[in-house]
Amino acid sequence: MIGIDEKGYYGEFGGAYIPEMLHPNVEELRKAYVGIWEDEAFQKEFRELLRDYVGRPTPLYYASRLSAKYNANIYLKREDLCHTGAHKVNNTIGQILLAKRLNKKYIIAETGAGQHGVATATVCALMGMPCIVYMGEIDIERQAPNVARMRMLGAEVRPAKSGSRTLKDATNEAIRHWINHPQDTHYIIGSVVGPHPYPDMVARFQSVISEEMMWQLQEKTGKPDPDIAIACVGGGSNAAGTYYHYLNKEHVRLIAVEAAGHGVNSGESAATSVLGTRGIIHGSRTLLMQTPDGQIVEPYSISAGLDYPGIGPMHAHLIASGRAEAVSVTDDEAMQWTYYLSRMEGIIPALETSHAFAALDHIEYKPGDVIVINLSGRGDKDLNTFITHYDKYND
Amino acid sequence: MNRIQQLFADKQEDILNIYFTAGYPNLEDTEPTILALAEAGVDLIEVGMPYSDPLADGPTIQESGTAAIRNGMTLDKLFDQIASARQHTEIPLVMMGYFNQVMQYGEERFFRKVKEVGVDGLILPDLPVYEFEQFYRDQIESLGLSVSFLITPQTSEERIRQIDKLSKGFIYMVSNSSITGAKKEITQAQLDYFNRINAMQLDNPRLIGFGISSHETFRTACKYANGAIIGSAFIKALRDGKDVHTATIEFVGKIRKSEVGSRK
Repeated sequence: MIGIDEKGYYGEFGGAYIPEMLHPNVEELRKAYVGIWEDEAFQKEFRELLRDYVGRPTPLYYASRLSAKYNANIYLKREDLCHTGAHKVNNTIGQILLAKRLNKKYIIAETGAGQHGVATATVCALMGMPCIVYMGEIDIERQAPNVARMRMLGAEVRPAKSGSRTLKDATNEAIRHWINHPQDTHYIIGSVVGPHPYPDMVARFQSVISEEMMWQLQEKTGKPDPDIAIACVGGGSNAAGTYYHYLNKEHVRLIAVEAAGHGVNSGESAATSVLGTRGIIHGSRTLLMQTPDGQIVEPYSISAGLDYPGIGPMHAHLIASGRAEAVSVTDDEAMQWTYYLSRMEGIIPALETSHAFAALDHIEYKPGDVIVINLSGRGDKDLNTFITHYDKYND
Repeated sequence: MNRIQQLFADKQEDILNIYFTAGYPNLEDTEPTILALAEAGVDLIEVGMPYSDPLADGPTIQESGTAAIRNGMTLDKLFDQIASARQHTEIPLVMMGYFNQVMQYGEERFFRKVKEVGVDGLILPDLPVYEFEQFYRDQIESLGLSVSFLITPQTSEERIRQIDKLSKGFIYMVSNSSITGAKKEITQAQLDYFNRINAMQLDNPRLIGFGISSHETFRTACKYANGAIIGSAFIKALRDGKDVHTATIEFVGKIRKSEVGSRK
């Protein structure tokens, strides 16, 4: 069985490696989250917001041209159609409802590309709660449109100026803020990372993705299970949602697509499952990219949502145990797929999501296999990158 | 009995524990800093292992760590420097770092090396009590090393008792809910917390850290515990000082001022 034990471990990965100053906050969450999740009133409110505010269920779309081209039955789970443009909002809706039940007054979050920051700022506006989003100083420059969106929504965007000034440092700063404000603040982590119970909690909030996939596939194919489920993995929240109800169905192949950047061995990559070793990042024992001396390395990918030096402990376990297959996809392949998918299906994907599609060129499958790809986000935020590189990939 | 335990057996008051980041401001400053601190009369030294992602620390310590890593500091280098310093002083030494560094070095190999170079104790703020007990306690205790755990104003009485039972040197009392280097003055709420812990009559001595930066805050901390730990303020003094030796002697002199009877 794949699942989390009572101490928060998936196999050897997970746990809560946190300074004592964080212990009361994390312990409060750990004791409360399952009860809140299983509470009927919580579920009702969560489901209503997912339906009426987020726009769920998101469609499961049969991509006919792509299917013909690849000689398979390819379905796209349209998380890009969620309000705010990606799956991230499933988690922020869940966590803000949880924060209210814990009587928290302030919300903090970290963000890399800005998608999780926007999703957090959105639910904070919805609930009338003050919101601070930590974002690396370098990412603030790279992702100006999302910074503007967060400000429109009333959030304060605080630059993380320490270390490499990107996502990992934004996460450090958010954790430090939480240490300094232990009583009344909830920290909405954006992925299945961090100390237990975050990885499990975020996975539960995202599990609505595979829950819908099951009945949608049943309707369309007569079976609830695909042969293959594909998702891109940075920290791994959309992948956790895609795999969740299939974790213990061994006949469903799980494909985790990582960003290889300029190539796995180029020195500029974010392929954590290949380049990572066992260690601790942001309170979790997992696989991460580090020097032989245990200093955490800054990864690289053209996609700001995938350049995280770690990976959620669930995914570390799935990959280390062989339950999931990891595929590495370069910047180039992802860019090519962005233009390709736009013309084949009329959908402009987020750069992160383009990586998931490129897995089709890497994996083996039988003709006619049912393949679901999580189309985790839409490409509006990346238009600048797409336009800048247009000539290079379109001759 | 290791040097930390011996220290507390001989002296229960006005313990001054100074933290500094190894390899800062310059790579080869580690040994001179240890020797200057010993000469200045501090009781205990915490040697910080520079880390890329020090979650419990504020900007001063993080920046010093980043600089030290840039200087070329590594664990192997640090062990050599400490071993060399140990030839010249018997002052109790504690290494402070993050557990990822220990894992990457190899836990058992790390603990043995720590002992071998003459370090007496460890502070690993993100090593949870549960994992310590399950996996590492036996190894560490059989080597005679002291591990110090942190407690905060929010730590429950039950957990403090558990930590007291697991500690074999001193307990690190975080003065406030904060990262290092954050606060300047000591508030009434903190004094209440210090009194509450005093009343628990724990087995281990207690040192107060976080926000101790001056003679005044040091004196206050000494009234409520066995002593105090200073980190960020000393790092600033090293950063702005003329040289390691002068800066250290001056800094410790200012903290101690004219304490009567605190020196053995």
